Amino acid sequence: MAEHETHQYDVLVIGAGGAGLRAAIEASASGVSVGLICKSLLGKAHTVMAEGGIAAALANVDDRDNWKVHFSDTMRGGQYVNNWRMAEIHAKEAPDRVRELEAWGAVFDRTDDGRILQRNFGGHKYPRLAHVGDRTGLEMIRTLQDHGIHRGIEVHMECTIVTLLKENGRIVGAFGYERERGRFKLFQAKAVVLATGGIGRAFKVSSNSWEYTGDGHALAFHSGAELIDMEFVQFHPTGMVWPPSVMGILVTEGVRGEGGVLLNKEGRRFMFDDIPDLYKGQTADNEEEGWRYCQGDKQARRPPELLTRDHVARCIVREIKEGRGSPHGGVYLDIAWIQKKLPKAEEYIRRKLPSMYQQFKQLADIDITKEPMEVGPTTHYVMGGIRVDSDTQMSSVTGLFAAGECAAGINGANRLGGNSLSDLLVFGKRAGEHAAQFARDNPQGGVPTEQVDQAADRIIQPFDRSAEGGENPFQVQHDLQEKMQELVGIVRRESEMQQALDELQTFKQRAARAVVHGNREYNPGWHTALDLDNLLTVSEIIARSALERKESRGAHFREDFPGKDEALGKVNTVVHKDPEGDIQLRHNPIAEMPSHLKEIIEQMK
Amino acid sequence: MKTATFKIWRGDAQDGRFEDYSTEVSEGMVVLDAVHKIQASQANDLACRWNCKAGRCGSCSAEINGMPRLMCMTRLSDLPLEKSVTIQPMKSFPLVRDLVTDVSWNFKVKTQIKPFKPRPPDRPDGTWRMGQADVDRVREFRKCIECFLCQDVCHVLREHHQYDEFIGPRYLVYVAALEMHPLDTEDRLPELKQAHGVGYCNITKCCTSACPESISITDNAIIPLKERVVDDFYDPLGKLWKWVRSKSKT
Repeated sequence: MAEHETHQYDVLVIGAGGAGLRAAIEASASGVSVGLICKSLLGKAHTVMAEGGIAAALANVDDRDNWKVHFSDTMRGGQYVNNWRMAEIHAKEAPDRVRELEAWGAVFDRTDDGRILQRNFGGHKYPRLAHVGDRTGLEMIRTLQDHGIHRGIEVHMECTIVTLLKENGRIVGAFGYERERGRFKLFQAKAVVLATGGIGRAFKVSSNSWEYTGDGHALAFHSGAELIDMEFVQFHPTGMVWPPSVMGILVTEGVRGEGGVLLNKEGRRFMFDDIPDLYKGQTADNEEEGWRYCQGDKQARRPPELLTRDHVARCIVREIKEGRGSPHGGVYLDIAWIQKKLPKAEEYIRRKLPSMYQQFKQLADIDITKEPMEVGPTTHYVMGGIRVDSDTQMSSVTGLFAAGECAAGINGANRLGGNSLSDLLVFGKRAGEHAAQFARDNPQGGVPTEQVDQAADRIIQPFDRSAEGGENPFQVQHDLQEKMQELVGIVRRESEMQQALDELQTFKQRAARAVVHGNREYNPGWHTALDLDNLLTVSEIIARSALERKESRGAHFREDFPGKDEALGKVNTVVHKDPEGDIQLRHNPIAEMPSHLKEIIEQMK
Repeated sequence: MKTATFKIWRGDAQDGRFEDYSTEVSEGMVVLDAVHKIQASQANDLACRWNCKAGRCGSCSAEINGMPRLMCMTRLSDLPLEKSVTIQPMKSFPLVRDLVTDVSWNFKVKTQIKPFKPRPPDRPDGTWRMGQADVDRVREFRKCIECFLCQDVCHVLREHHQYDEFIGPRYLVYVAALEMHPLDTEDRLPELKQAHGVGYCNITKCCTSACPESISITDNAIIPLKERVVDDFYDPLGKLWKWVRSKSKT
């Protein structure tokens, strides 16, 4: 067998953002041994970038809020293809998970009577996001990290898993390499939790870091697990568009939650022009009412800027396409205007949105307290992912669990802002709990030597390829991102997706010729070459899933099928790998919602 | 388009040198963009850390023209591009390769600091009440992104290598965040004086000027901690007062 070091755990957690950390903490608390793998250093995962807050019906700001409202908001936002049981669990358990974070040291903003403050966000009926200025993700990951390091969890930083190991249909471990010296690491584990985040690097304009190459999605897929809803990729409406080097960096929805408005170049608040029927009753029909909502007036309905992300993103694309965009191909997001309404607006903005203030000041020479920002959609999140049991988070492969962005179900066709951080906590905890239980009930498996050798051979191949006719892995990645953005982006057409699928075959050939220079020690060329395999796997799955959903729903918009198809509203797209290694796709009926949940949705209409 | 040249440190702990690269620069570019461009087109194996590219994760710390900076937040337009831009790894930590250093010591130090220990909940439902003003007081310390630039510039570490005696500014900020946390009840003063070596800091404020989050490390974290240690261990009147109080209670 290839030379490697071996580690043995009851539970191995792959990924150390919010979901992975929460899973590791839970598993460890139940008394099993836990290994935690970070692709980067601990505490640097993309959770740090989450800005707005954690959605939980604490009802601290508006006492009309409760889990039922949160549940129905989540289902409506997801256009009813969500896993209703996950949406129910999430809405019920999120408040406890937030309070638990406070018990572990998180310091949230406060209400006047000293409780956790909550803010408005898109698609949430009441102010629901527990937050820390616009740095909620940092607060969350640091709290979990600082709590987790005292719980006996063994952390493997800068380590990448390249394959899951299976024996008799069950997961028995994982194999990968550490970045520093490029040495192989073998992890034996009774249960594995995937918490690897998203796929944002498959697209050119993205708010995601280099890590988000769909690793967990691809690992699960290749180990035989089913993925669902992969056509639903969220393009966040507001990313930076200028200067070019910062294109895609996120501008929090919190800006709009605090009263920020979207304007086209004519100065028109274009969001008032197109309010979907599903939201007409909940949306303000004039600017004054929208402002009153942001100021906490319970009688007011929310401004159209706080409609769901899929809709806002499409409206922005429409404005730009029809020639009403800003000079650098975006639209304006203006928070400075609130000085007309608030006495100390400047101070208020800097206190509520400190990171945004700093980000624009330093990277774009824009003072957001005085002038509008230019923004446009950016690839942000994938609703689709590993299909899991709603209660245990186990995938369709025995012993393999998943939580957070790489798992799917709760968000349906579109995720509401703030529901990600709560998802990480709620289902991270559940995954850790049930993985630990599984580990207690099952023995350690063997080491499938052949799988280890195969993986080891595969990953050192790029060093052995001839430079002649070889490809630069960075160039392949760059070209792939451009194609995905162009052909499988916000607005989709059958012909373009067909073209994307054809081109992906060429990309596969190019990736197989990717050449790496130098040695295995901290070599980003090598890492990029290996990440390509996962990016190509998820890109193909996204394009295939999108092609087969011949309707527009949530984040998935088909120009050739602009309306909703009722029949497709009752199915999820499920993919798995067949014995030949090809993608098999089917539409799977969504289980009938129990009557007590149906009633809730009816009541909240 | 304009071209700029960069002198980037290449090599590992055994052997290394500056190598020159030139690349085109466009409006708004930051140093990390230039490094990425060079990496993608000229030096695929150029090692550097990065994640968020928005000054939020603290991964891409380096010394740019000799100054401790985050590469993602350093605009090329703020540098004199008529000369080449020097980029080298943080000096206070062992070199792994190129711009990447072994920062594992920092993570070890953190585990030695007593964790958060809250007072019992204020209400029967298990929740606490805190004022926004109390929260704001620790907020500054909790902004820390763990880029370790303060550790890099601290001469106790950088010049005098007191890694076993001194936890460095980052972790004094961390202790301050815990000590001033409205709910925390733990006492970290004895360690602060001994194992954490707060006395080693002679308030030259290099850490404060290096902090990309503009945390007033020295004034708001370290000096108050030093004062607490002094009050607790070196103030004879204070000691007498405490002794009297403890007697009167018993």
